[in-house]
Amino acid sequence: MKLTLRVWRQKNADAEGAMSTYEVDDISPDMSFLEMLDVLNEQLILSGEEPVAFDHDCREGICGACSLVINGDAHGPERTTTCQLHMRSFQDGDTIDIEPWRASAFPVIKDLVVDRSAFDRIIQAGGYITAPTGSAPEAHATPVPKADADFAFEHAECIGCGACVAACPNGAAMLFTSAKVNHLNVLPQGAPERETRVLDMVAQMDAEGFGGCTLTGECATACPKGIPLMSITSMNKEWLRATRKAGKR
Amino acid sequence: MTTYADYTTGAPVTDTKAPSGPIHERWDKRRFEAKLVNPANRRKHTVIVVGTGLAGGSAGATLAEQGYHVVQFCYQDSPRRAHSIAAQGGINAAKNYRNDGDSIHRLFYDTVKGGDFRARESNVHRLAQISVEIIDQCVAQGVPFAREYGGLLDTRSFGGVQVSRTFYARGQTGQQLLLGAYQALSRQIAAGNVEMHPRTEMLDLIVVDGRARGIVARDLVTGKIDTYFADAVVLASGGYGNVFYLSTNAMNSNATAVWRAHRRGAYFANPCFTQIHPTCIPRTGDHQSKLTLMSESLRNDGRIWVPKAQGDTRPPNEIPEDERDYYLERIYPSFGNLVPRDIASRAAKNVCDEGRGVGPGGQGVYLDFADAIRRMGRGAVEAKYGNLFDMYQRITDEDPYEVPMRIYPAVHYTMGGLWVDYDLQTTVPGLFAIGEANFSDHGANRLGASALMQGLADGYFVLPATINDYLARNPHQEPVTDGHPVVQEVLAETEDRINLLLAVDGDRTPDSFHRELGELMWEFCGMARTDSGLRKALERIPQIREEFWRRIKVPGTGEEFNQSLEKANRIVDYLELAELMCLDALHRTESCGGHFREESQTPDGEAARKDDEFAYAAAWEFTGTGEAPVLHKEDLVFEYVHPTQRSYA
Amino acid sequence: MARTMWDSSVGKKTVMAVSGVIMLLYLVAHVIGNLKIFFGAEEFNRYGHWLRTVGEPFMHYEWTLWLVRIVLLVAVVAHATSAYQLSRRDIKARPSKYVHKKPRASYATRTMRWGGVILGLFIVWHVLDLTTGTVHPGGFQEGHPYQNVVDTFSTWYGNVVYIAAMLALGLHIRHGFWSAAQTLGVGSRTRDRALKTIANVLALLLTAGFIAVPVGVMTGVVS
Repeated sequence: MKLTLRVWRQKNADAEGAMSTYEVDDISPDMSFLEMLDVLNEQLILSGEEPVAFDHDCREGICGACSLVINGDAHGPERTTTCQLHMRSFQDGDTIDIEPWRASAFPVIKDLVVDRSAFDRIIQAGGYITAPTGSAPEAHATPVPKADADFAFEHAECIGCGACVAACPNGAAMLFTSAKVNHLNVLPQGAPERETRVLDMVAQMDAEGFGGCTLTGECATACPKGIPLMSITSMNKEWLRATRKAGKR
Repeated sequence: MTTYADYTTGAPVTDTKAPSGPIHERWDKRRFEAKLVNPANRRKHTVIVVGTGLAGGSAGATLAEQGYHVVQFCYQDSPRRAHSIAAQGGINAAKNYRNDGDSIHRLFYDTVKGGDFRARESNVHRLAQISVEIIDQCVAQGVPFAREYGGLLDTRSFGGVQVSRTFYARGQTGQQLLLGAYQALSRQIAAGNVEMHPRTEMLDLIVVDGRARGIVARDLVTGKIDTYFADAVVLASGGYGNVFYLSTNAMNSNATAVWRAHRRGAYFANPCFTQIHPTCIPRTGDHQSKLTLMSESLRNDGRIWVPKAQGDTRPPNEIPEDERDYYLERIYPSFGNLVPRDIASRAAKNVCDEGRGVGPGGQGVYLDFADAIRRMGRGAVEAKYGNLFDMYQRITDEDPYEVPMRIYPAVHYTMGGLWVDYDLQTTVPGLFAIGEANFSDHGANRLGASALMQGLADGYFVLPATINDYLARNPHQEPVTDGHPVVQEVLAETEDRINLLLAVDGDRTPDSFHRELGELMWEFCGMARTDSGLRKALERIPQIREEFWRRIKVPGTGEEFNQSLEKANRIVDYLELAELMCLDALHRTESCGGHFREESQTPDGEAARKDDEFAYAAAWEFTGTGEAPVLHKEDLVFEYVHPTQRSYA
Repeated sequence: MARTMWDSSVGKKTVMAVSGVIMLLYLVAHVIGNLKIFFGAEEFNRYGHWLRTVGEPFMHYEWTLWLVRIVLLVAVVAHATSAYQLSRRDIKARPSKYVHKKPRASYATRTMRWGGVILGLFIVWHVLDLTTGTVHPGGFQEGHPYQNVVDTFSTWYGNVVYIAAMLALGLHIRHGFWSAAQTLGVGSRTRDRALKTIANVLALLLTAGFIAVPVGVMTGVVS
């Protein structure tokens, strides 16, 4: 396959960025999208140009490092991560636009690499259960109904890639935040911090400069792990419940 | 002239700090004998932790909970992305919830035997004891393990053991355990007890007056090289499988932290013990950047075969039953497709070497579910393996319900690592190594679902108990500053190395060298090793190294985000570590676990261990780049599990 | 609690949802009242008069009406202010657009902002036209709503503005009702289809009900 790539190049956080056009040839349909970028980068290095910077690590769809908007879609046309997207999803002769996640809470570091540390700070605000090592009771002391365990798992699957923010026209982080709130709030272990968790995490999310939710559903469509849009509804419910309870105290 | 292979043998390692006495009392005894640090004094101590995987994340969180000031590093943009996240299968624990005869002693026994009698009994027993606490800890953190309808935890059997002791969270156990540790760490970051440095890579170790006192690290965003000082340094930087270029490791997993520590005096133990996982998706071409593992659980129902005839290029469904060779079932009738990883991998290599491999380049064997689908129905197969089948289809564009999967072994885990004593301390006082970065618990072969157990045991429970002893015995260390001559020297060396990489301006990319080294290692230090092959590799590696420093091309500068520079700098260390791996493999003329020497096999082609000569851990001491290292042997004593030749026939 | 509400993006959405629901309930009553126009001037005008006497003798003349007006005014202001502030936040959160553009979300979702602005302007015109009579075409007659309505819909622009606004209203309710349910946390997987259906039916009935009046005037059914 022969492809034309239009890639966002930006020297650093302060520099102006622009799309640059490159040609790549001999692309195999079995390559992953990132392997196709490897080919481009080998070519660039040898011709004395700087290779395109992009985040990637496990390349098996679980670490959440890879983060490209491909032809306007976060992680490209298939519902998966960029590293698990294969070139057979494209046609010979295609022009492909590659851009970084765009949101003011995710400033560009270089080219296609963005700073997602805002997500870490949302977790730090309350996305945990306080259980210091050694203090744990016997694991079977608290049974968890299977339905609750499954609900928790479904939300715990979030890989923190940020596709939800990239896809959201408002740059909102509601799906990410709600996934963690729901994972922990449904479990009996998470109950003591149930209210503070949701209030603090939402407050941090706002403080980071993420937008608000207008329920466009773009986040859930882009999510490679299939976190449902309803996750946001459940978090809203938790938030209102917590606000009411806090008001009574 | 002496060459690298002319290693010398130094003094044996005699004291591992493991207490004596009945094995089940040793850990208690060690904890009791360890000196404690007064809680009020803990915040005066700084501990550096490098890495945020299961071991590093859990250690950082726990040390901070205890009151220490933790300074932690990871090269990823977030501590949540460490490669532990990719572990699929599960975590072992001797809970015996199934009442199926499991016990701490059985887990201990299975692990020592599975490691082909090359692990330390004391350590493995401690691991088995702690395994039960890990599950309690993780459940309390909210890790969503699979549960049964009654609300209790579900377990399954895994990796060829006969009890169901593996706890799991669908195919994402590593992810869920890691997020648990990451969340605990996040709580400590928010509390100000952990100072977290993401996108920062350790490039060297600072040893002052014989003690580990800090590290040199590079901020990957700004390129700034900085020093960080502490009272103790903990390396939790993972394994070195990426020496092979193609492996199931993450692209950026690297050996720089452990190798630099080795160069500064920490012994490196059993570097040749690498695990090749049998069920990975085969490579499709030269563009391949990494290999993807398919959970071992597939072997529970899938049947592995190749055509009987060489060079049979018919599509699998057109090959009649009597022209297929279900070779594992044929050679190992009692274990069949469920033989341990090392054996399954080697058998696949053998049939491919005979020219009976399938798929591109003949580097693959079939894993066929046709019988399972006939027996259980498609729905049942889908319920059990649906997510794995989907993943396979996404990568290969083949439907495994219709066409047999193709699999091939790939480098997965490294049992070797920095030598540590019972306290997980390396030979450099104040330098500790935990998780895959150390060598201690898996011997020559790791059992499925044991890596997660070891990482968390080290980080949550072992290190936090033993590091106290070191800090209590060294309470008032002289503060170290940038002005110290040793620090100046280490800093200058690091800067020189970076500058030299940028200055060569040659005509080959970092990846091209990495790939070349990887192919060499896979061929000569991979699944089957020979004296002549290893010697060839030992001859070739210095040549590649020399060429590297002549022809490497790294664009850009050191004062910016520069991924080519990161890669090149890691390859510098691979090019030295690879040499030690080959030497270790050359010197160990027995076969054991993942290390198979063709010269040492039984008449029917099985690995033949030589307990008289090699019942020791080989701890290597660095003497200089390309210079013959010194071997220190730590004899392995088996008081509770008596070595036998493994048999799966 | 009020502070937490107003300071949080989730809280502000709650304000929008609650005020939206209040307006929606009002609209349901409003459309039922409007349809009385098809039963002749006398019934319609009587209905108009009754609105002012609701609650008597407990309430004084027009007190109830003013109470409703105040609640509505507060709802409109709260709805618009939170919408404005949330939109500002959203635009700030995504300052640069993607070079590669793609049509996103459903039409109803994408038009919430502009639809809201159109509806706001419409309300101003509607009040000036039929409540105060300030911009009413022809002579506005206090107490004769039937004639006033006929006057408005006898002009081309009255029809155009009104019908356009009611279509915008339909779209706004279609996404707004379902969206409010999510914001208030009453949505769930099992209820989602029902909520979407209710949203569609409400949007359709309200739009059709409101548009029936100008259509009635245009076709001469109401004159």
